[in-house]
Amino acid sequence: MITLSDVTITYGTGPRAVVAVHNLTLAIPEGQAVGLVGESGSGKSTVLRAVAGLIPYASGEITLAGQRVDRRRTTAQRKMAQMVFQDPYGSLHPNQTVDQILALPVAIHRLDRGEARIVQALAEVGLGPEYRYRYPHQLSGGQRQRVAIARALILEPRILLLDEPTSALDVSVQAEILNLLARLRRDHGLTLLMVSHDLAVIAHLCESIGVMSRGQLVEATTATAMANNQVTDDYTRELLRSNAGFDRSSGIAVDNLDVATE
Amino acid sequence: MTTTPLLTVRNLNVTYPGDDGDVRAVRNVSFTLGRERLGIVGESGSGKSTTGRAIMGLVGHPGRIDADELRLGDTDLRALSESGFRKLRGKRIAMVLQDPKYSLDPVMSVGEQIAETHRSHLRSTRRDARRAALEMLQAVHIRDPERVYTMYPHQVSGGMGQRVMIAMMLIAGPDILIADEPTSALDVTVQTQVLAIMDELVRSRGMGLLLISHNLHLVSSFCDRVLVMYAGQVLETCAAAKLSEATHPYTRGLLAALPQLGHRRAELPQLQRDPAWMADLA
Repeated sequence: MITLSDVTITYGTGPRAVVAVHNLTLAIPEGQAVGLVGESGSGKSTVLRAVAGLIPYASGEITLAGQRVDRRRTTAQRKMAQMVFQDPYGSLHPNQTVDQILALPVAIHRLDRGEARIVQALAEVGLGPEYRYRYPHQLSGGQRQRVAIARALILEPRILLLDEPTSALDVSVQAEILNLLARLRRDHGLTLLMVSHDLAVIAHLCESIGVMSRGQLVEATTATAMANNQVTDDYTRELLRSNAGFDRSSGIAVDNLDVATE
Repeated sequence: MTTTPLLTVRNLNVTYPGDDGDVRAVRNVSFTLGRERLGIVGESGSGKSTTGRAIMGLVGHPGRIDADELRLGDTDLRALSESGFRKLRGKRIAMVLQDPKYSLDPVMSVGEQIAETHRSHLRSTRRDARRAALEMLQAVHIRDPERVYTMYPHQVSGGMGQRVMIAMMLIAGPDILIADEPTSALDVTVQTQVLAIMDELVRSRGMGLLLISHNLHLVSSFCDRVLVMYAGQVLETCAAAKLSEATHPYTRGLLAALPQLGHRRAELPQLQRDPAWMADLA
């Protein structure tokens, strides 16, 4: 459903260009959920943005449903892959009601039955019709993220791109959103590509996991292998260790940049 | 735990007047802090940060603080004036905030900021303050203190910025460090480093640490004791290592809602909030 072959993404041009993603190859079959983990600056969100068509890529090839896509896309290609962003406080227009927010993609894509679609999209994310004429500031963080998900779903995409969809939310709300995403994926047969720094969140929703570091995919593995500690890359090991919480016996980890050895 | 607590809080209340009556952000919170690591966990709006700010005297108008007892060692914080607090902050009680990007002065080199704290609290000379700042940078495991001293906040990474914050907070030798989400803005791998450094310094100096966080894993693995807050109240206090055996349904619900690596469930149990948790505890 999604393939990336040898994709390199750079920011800027000429001698000052920064290579954010270097020769990345990844294939996601239809209906699969793949998660990308890594620290900030590892290029994971950049990959997502390139797949969404928000930024161009310098070389290689990205295909969606067998078609090569670039930054310039047809309406149908855009409709196919929709994205949910990290911060529901920043991704919804503050001066528009939920109704206006959901009506815009319908209008852009000239879809019929706008009215019915809005009601249905809201129902799918567990929001009643009473939320339709509210403004984002009248909603909690979890409700806002539901609206953002509804906005993505209203176009009936086949691919959902998720950029840290729960990191701005409390644990209890995170559970609700993760359950919602799992259900929507099942009901609509969605293909998911999700980015998060939280290994447990990724492993909950995705069966395949890609570990990114410094613009490269350092390990492609599965959630099961990850849980059983069957990993080969050093960075992945470190990630697993950090994920387990603080370990007093381990002493101070040494990073090669600016922490002195003890 | 020691016999003389560094900090005693008894029936602390923080109230903000609102349009529909008062909002009680913190309700009857009581705890003592010794030379230990005490964690406060809770979701956003539970009052955990407000509790930390109340201890620092940072609840501004129109918020009101009242308590039966709010004592730092032998100092009664309730009777303290603003100038009294100013002498206390940094010297005896210090606070590390979430994001070093916003808590450091962007137009002053990080070394000078650390030295300034030393000068203003210990009335030291510029030269002594500089030396102390360099030692402190070394203590937070910065490899090249001379170079980092001259750097500006935008030139340092998040993890390094937070270590600079810790250096600045500890340079005047406070008894208590309040760390409010000190690692939430950092990558997981950097988080553990920053925590390890904080742990090392707080232990070697015999300080008390109050760690405020929404991250249950982190608090239970790092702290000695944990207070669980909900709607301004402490619902439960338990030994951090035994957080998984917590009895309160709220704590249990939060723990269950966490996705776990290696324990995959089709559906995460969602927290069912009981209105009874909102009621005033005795």
